Amino acid sequence: MSRDRDLPTGKYLTMLKSLRRAGPPLLMLAPSLILVGVFVYGLIGANFQTSVTDNHTAAQATGREPSLLVWFQNYTDLLGTEAFQHSLTNLVLYTVVFLAGTMIMGFAWAWMLDKPIKGEGIFRSIYLFPMAVSFVASGVVWRWLLNSNQGENASGLNRLFQIVGLDFLQNNWWNNVTFGIIAISIPAIWQLSGYVMALFLAGFRGIPEELREAARMDGASEWKLYRHVLFPQLSPIALSALIIIGHMSLKAFDLIMSISKPANYQTKVPAVDMYVFKSSFDYANAAAVGSILLIIVALVIVPYLIRTNRQEKR
Amino acid sequence: MRLTRRTSATVAGAALVGIALAACSGGSDDDNGGGGDAGGGGEVEVFTWWAAGSEKAGLDALVGVFNEQHPDTEFVNGAVAGGAGSAAKDLLQTRLQAQDPPDTFQAHAGAELQDYIDAAQIEDVSDLYDEFGLTDAFPADLMDRLTSEDGAIYSIPSNIHRANVVWANTQVLEDNGIDPNAEYADLDAWMADLDTLQDAGVTPLSVATTWTQVNLLETVLIADLGPEAYSGLWDGSTDWNGAEVTSALEDFEKLMSYTNTDRDGLDWPEATQMVIDGTAAYNVMGDWAVAAFEEQNKELGTDFVAFPVPGTDGVFDFLADSFTLPVGAPHPDGAKAWLETVGSLDGQVAFNKAKGSIPARTDAEPGDFSEYQQTAMESFTSDTIVSSLAHGAAAPVATLNAISDATSKFTTGASDLATYQSELATAAQG
Repeated sequence: MSRDRDLPTGKYLTMLKSLRRAGPPLLMLAPSLILVGVFVYGLIGANFQTSVTDNHTAAQATGREPSLLVWFQNYTDLLGTEAFQHSLTNLVLYTVVFLAGTMIMGFAWAWMLDKPIKGEGIFRSIYLFPMAVSFVASGVVWRWLLNSNQGENASGLNRLFQIVGLDFLQNNWWNNVTFGIIAISIPAIWQLSGYVMALFLAGFRGIPEELREAARMDGASEWKLYRHVLFPQLSPIALSALIIIGHMSLKAFDLIMSISKPANYQTKVPAVDMYVFKSSFDYANAAAVGSILLIIVALVIVPYLIRTNRQEKR
Repeated sequence: MRLTRRTSATVAGAALVGIALAACSGGSDDDNGGGGDAGGGGEVEVFTWWAAGSEKAGLDALVGVFNEQHPDTEFVNGAVAGGAGSAAKDLLQTRLQAQDPPDTFQAHAGAELQDYIDAAQIEDVSDLYDEFGLTDAFPADLMDRLTSEDGAIYSIPSNIHRANVVWANTQVLEDNGIDPNAEYADLDAWMADLDTLQDAGVTPLSVATTWTQVNLLETVLIADLGPEAYSGLWDGSTDWNGAEVTSALEDFEKLMSYTNTDRDGLDWPEATQMVIDGTAAYNVMGDWAVAAFEEQNKELGTDFVAFPVPGTDGVFDFLADSFTLPVGAPHPDGAKAWLETVGSLDGQVAFNKAKGSIPARTDAEPGDFSEYQQTAMESFTSDTIVSSLAHGAAAPVATLNAISDATSKFTTGASDLATYQSELATAAQG
């Protein structure tokens, strides 16, 4: 305590001054920093800690029996099982189709609405509305639409195909072992294409009319105008859309759970595996699946954050 | 948002603090468990997933009896709705983990309790069986099934269901020239009739999502192996890789070929509804299905028939709901009062009349119950009792989940019979 008084006055004053400058903002930030620190990063740490133990039974979960540190054995075991590889393949299939679908549909709608047409507001709302429905609610409806019965007992989309005479399009939707998961990306595309459209539309509107006029004055064809003037300006929007849809897709759980069931092999994804492990009191494997998911999402998001950070510095 | 070097340092610092905090808290959760203010007894929180339909009616009736027997103890309803009990089980897992147990909770009797026992989360209630005089009130077979490996009993059953029942639509059968009252000696005889229906373009057998397929699988195993060898599957005395299991799985595969293609998207009420509506001829389901028929004014014997799965006549594939005494329950006296009511004759009669199941006690008067319940009560006292797999009586949750995964993989066509059998064998080893 007494040492404080011995500090040279000049140094003491500058310290006080910098504290006065940094103090209030730090105080303001402190609650959110602490909350995020504990409930996000702290829990990520706790999750990781669980995932490197052999905490596979209820007795270990409560600490009645010891759990040992096994390092990355859970990860290697998981990645080695055929079942988890099937989940990861499903996740990739689902994400690729979901991304491609929303980007294509979203861009096409935005492009069409960008032309001055009547009733733009109505169309915009129609396309955007599905996003307001929760995945669980739309999942229940899509479970009926994607009924896998064919022939006489058909219902849902298969029945529709029969009515319009496109019988050959009937299929068993999400009950196909290999590609079933793609059927579940149909409702996901239906729900989020409107959102991507809104993003692109904002992008289109953000491009000053003068640029288009200038390009046309210089004799650019419509295609060249898009290729060299509009697309480059839309690429940041496209990237944001990819990231937003991509991370939603990687975390897919609720839609799959409400269309299919957790035990159904054909629609397993890592998030569903995590749920099943947790309900079997296998906390270590559940945590390991969680960490793997986090790493996959981070692989998508971190490069994006770095890129944006660099751009802002420029 | 622009990140300066200082703020990123702060963020990193905060993250470290968070991790440190979490690490500290990791060690300290066992300190303040147990205890609780004993001698409270003023109330009892009863945790169930009986929140709707006949289950809620049953719970209400049971509470009525409880209020008569223990007027000074207040009943607090801790029912959690959703997901056929899965929402409740998730919440229960969290509460037990956080050392915040309810005073008593509902759980399937039998092996499903093993996880709670291993985790020391529920108490041995054997002495309550003596205190309430329950040991002789329940059939000896049931007592065997309830007693865990260490000789203790950890729950008191409130009701019994039977899982090996075939439900059939008489109209559909008669239209296709099949006698609804036919008695089948084994699965092969039954499958001959299923073939007839298949050829006639009717869905012979309706089934729903994975757990109902596991329910079907267990009845096939009982039919082909017999009750003793079936029970042996769960204590290791029957070899899962044996030829008998292979032929049972072949029968299961054949039976699945008679089923509806949209099965994985349905749950049991929809599959049973197919029989009620006449779009399918048969359905294998536990006897809670009788409520679905009765609600729609269908008469047993005229509109629908019910019989044990062919080959399982004389075997009662049981599952039971039961109540436990959690370690560290805040009101143990209230919980004991509740358990007394659950085990009592009045409580069991009132509850089961409303829920549609049958009492675990053998001294209930059959005349009080419906026609189907009377036949089930008769079988329960005379048949060999085996434990249901799909409903947690035969195997712990982890085993059941592994078997469900293997079954789903097999029935969607992702694995062949040999793979399926070896996966089942691995699953059963735990």
